[in-house]
Amino acid sequence: MIKKEVNREGWEQIADGLAAKTSTLLGLWAERECVHICIHDPATGVSVATLQTPDKSYPSVARKHLPALRMERAIADLFGLKAEGSPDRRPWLDHGKWPVRTPFVPVPASTTPALAYTFLPVEGEGIHQIPVGPIHAGIIEPGHFRFSANGETVVRLEERLGYVHKGIEKLFEGADLATAAKLAGRISGDSTVAYAFAFALAAEAALDIKVPPRAQDLRGIMAELERIANHFGDIGAICNDASFSLMHAHCGILREETLQHADACFGYRLMMDRIVPGGVTADLGAAEAVRLLDWTDSAEKRFDELMQMYEDTASIKNRTNTTGIVSEELVQLYGAGGYVGRASGRRFDARHHAPYPPYDGLEFDIPVLKAGDVNTRLWIRAYEIKQSFILIRTFVQRLPQGKIMATLPSPVPSSEGREGMAQVEGFRGDILVWLRFAGDGRIARCYPRDPSWFQWPLLEVAVKGNIVADFPLCNKSFNCSYSGHDL
Amino acid sequence: MHTLLAKSLITKPLTIAAPQPDPAALAELAQALDQRARRLLGHSLSIREVDAGSCNGCELEIHALNNAFYDLERFGIKFVASPKHADVLLVTGPVTHNMKIALERAYAVTPDPKWVVAVGDCACSGGVFAGSYACAGPVSAVIPVDLHIKGCPPQPIDLLKGLLALLATVSATGDVATTGT
Ligand code: SF4
Repeated sequence: MIKKEVNREGWEQIADGLAAKTSTLLGLWAERECVHICIHDPATGVSVATLQTPDKSYPSVARKHLPALRMERAIADLFGLKAEGSPDRRPWLDHGKWPVRTPFVPVPASTTPALAYTFLPVEGEGIHQIPVGPIHAGIIEPGHFRFSANGETVVRLEERLGYVHKGIEKLFEGADLATAAKLAGRISGDSTVAYAFAFALAAEAALDIKVPPRAQDLRGIMAELERIANHFGDIGAICNDASFSLMHAHCGILREETLQHADACFGYRLMMDRIVPGGVTADLGAAEAVRLLDWTDSAEKRFDELMQMYEDTASIKNRTNTTGIVSEELVQLYGAGGYVGRASGRRFDARHHAPYPPYDGLEFDIPVLKAGDVNTRLWIRAYEIKQSFILIRTFVQRLPQGKIMATLPSPVPSSEGREGMAQVEGFRGDILVWLRFAGDGRIARCYPRDPSWFQWPLLEVAVKGNIVADFPLCNKSFNCSYSGHDL
Repeated sequence: MHTLLAKSLITKPLTIAAPQPDPAALAELAQALDQRARRLLGHSLSIREVDAGSCNGCELEIHALNNAFYDLERFGIKFVASPKHADVLLVTGPVTHNMKIALERAYAVTPDPKWVVAVGDCACSGGVFAGSYACAGPVSAVIPVDLHIKGCPPQPIDLLKGLLALLATVSATGDVATTGT
């Protein structure tokens, strides 16, 4: 990781580079007296630039590069730092319900003016609005969607998020390593492995901890099990929203089997707290490993049949084809990861493009398609499931003997100011975790960035011009995280 | 599709046998409901799930109750889209301040008699998020709770045991209730 301090001019240059598409935004976060921006530049790699903010403000990146917009609004809510010249100064995470404003520099809310929130206006004859949420009809996370529709056609969708904001970034502050690792695993429950993985890699980078090879491969098995469990669930859920419940039932069985194997192998269905800084907390037994391998064969065969059925059923294809299209230009601009990016032609997978153990040195395909519709996002998942089966077999078959945990220095010697960052490919895309230690081995600041930050805005675009009834399909095909985004 | 359908004719169902209701849950419910009206619900319960700030882990396991293994509907328990159609609110999460009003409203529009089940460590105690400026506290700090199902997240089998205990308790002999709380 390249790290540099920049002045306002340097900061503006970074924003210009993003706007000119010579680099991609990976994250934007703050501390009490500075802002950090993380970008990927194909020429120089990943870098973090820091700008001091003695005046409690910094030049808005979003005024040149819109993907930074919601992050700047979140920074204003949490730290009270202003983005100068921002095109949208409305609050984002703060709904005016917390007892404090700007919780990192807390001001009692009672002493500040009430927060107002106005949705963007939509004008035109016959336009009506449909407010949905925060509580949705299904068993899903809460958020608010404001549809403006002309008849059945969606003219604009405006998302309002932040409902599940739990103050996670603040809870990291001052947490000891074990507590922080647990917290990282609860940022987004469907990605508990990926977050714990990213957090562990970041902490290990900061503290120079070497993870035993066996633990690295076990992490890979867990990460791929989590990926296929989620992809099975998503494929079933997408089909269910078009009333193709047979797919849903069968994908539900495959998902359940995946979780039962995770439980048998690692003692936890969703595999919470299995990955910790230094290694893993559960080992894979020989008998369980054999059963896991057998299952991958049987599951893959059944999954192939299901996808054949999907492909042969005209009524479902009629709903998923050409629905909810996102252009390649937009996924490139937003640096959208995961199936959202790869279904629209953006070839990026952190396992390959920013490799980390156990994926470094492995050859594997990254499925990329172009059409960018619901059907394509579904197929990317299907291809990735196949890929994950191969990876699981590889890791299980080559699994070296040995320890599963490095010896952690305790107390951590001179951890003061040590920083680490990691990018991990979760099922929905690349997760970024940056952290810095305080002197006593506790976390001074940790910033986890969910892939959803760069996908949610594209959902607004994807539904435009579609009928209202196709929104659930579009939404499920994105399956953005609320909790990972709201923090 | 035909092979798939034909296969399902000859394979055994995957559904697990019904577990016994959780004794601890029965005890908690007996205490909660003794002071309350009971009603014969005809052995069926409609549930509205409310995510009040969860990490989504609890939702995933609640979802699993509908899969072929746990098949919740065989007990007459089903999820409904509106709290207005629900007997039970299944609440997850450490109740964020941003979700508090929505939870209170969902509770208010659920017809009496109604039951509230707090699912997961967060809903029971705030979990790893306890004490945050953004959280209002466990579910019981916001609306009355009849049953707590712990776990992070609770396994589907634990959810099933808890819900069966609830079903057994509310459909035990009793007169038609006039009010809930
Ligand atoms: S109890 Fe655990 S799984 Fe459930 S919402 Fe809380 S952190 Fe997530």
